[in-house]
Amino acid sequence: MLKLTRQIEEAIRKAGADAYPNECCGILLGKDEDDEHVVTSLRPIENARESDERYHRFLITAEEMMQAELEARRLGLDIVGFYHSHPDHPARPSDYDREHALPFYSYIILRVAEGRPEQMTSWRLQLSREAFDSEPFEIEP
Amino acid sequence: MSVTILIPTALRSFVDRKSEIEVEGSTVGEALASLATQYPDLKHQIYEDDVKLRGFVNVFVEGTNIKKLNGLETAVASGATVMLVPAIAGGC
Repeated sequence: MLKLTRQIEEAIRKAGADAYPNECCGILLGKDEDDEHVVTSLRPIENARESDERYHRFLITAEEMMQAELEARRLGLDIVGFYHSHPDHPARPSDYDREHALPFYSYIILRVAEGRPEQMTSWRLQLSREAFDSEPFEIEP
Repeated sequence: MSVTILIPTALRSFVDRKSEIEVEGSTVGEALASLATQYPDLKHQIYEDDVKLRGFVNVFVEGTNIKKLNGLETAVASGATVMLVPAIAGGC
């Protein structure tokens, strides 16, 4: 289960629309409570892929991740997952997503169609790495 | 000498939910080998074989990626902080 606020949901939708036709990406900060991920803030990340690849790929560099880990520890928070957009593609993980994902984390995917944010989903990679499971999420006011 | 290894959230389930662990070692490779000996389940997650780390695993010593230093042979001083950092990518 993933929990986030309406404000955070809207920030992800805006990031997806602003980045269109490229993919946006960022880090979900919050708490891992008995495998329930409660997102309390976002850390937007500039997509580090080459400019001509950003329409279908995103990358968070090791240096960005290191800084985010340090910030999370300073704030007493955990990195509980990531978000990214799929411009003009379904809000489902691709094979490329699966090959580059890690179990435990929540992966939010936002479909952006012709610049408009649409369906948002969340996923967790199985320990076997063979597939993602859809993760239910709650949006609190 | 003792160094502290910071564990990312995705790997904590393999180390009794700890966020940092003290180990012995004078190089990054020795420190990680010590960690892997203490937590065999973690070893399978971060090592491709007995010596090579998996591609998604990045290691920082005092904020510097060991790829810019001497890799697993990078020396660590007593009290140093070593961070395991996963690489994150994806796309449609």
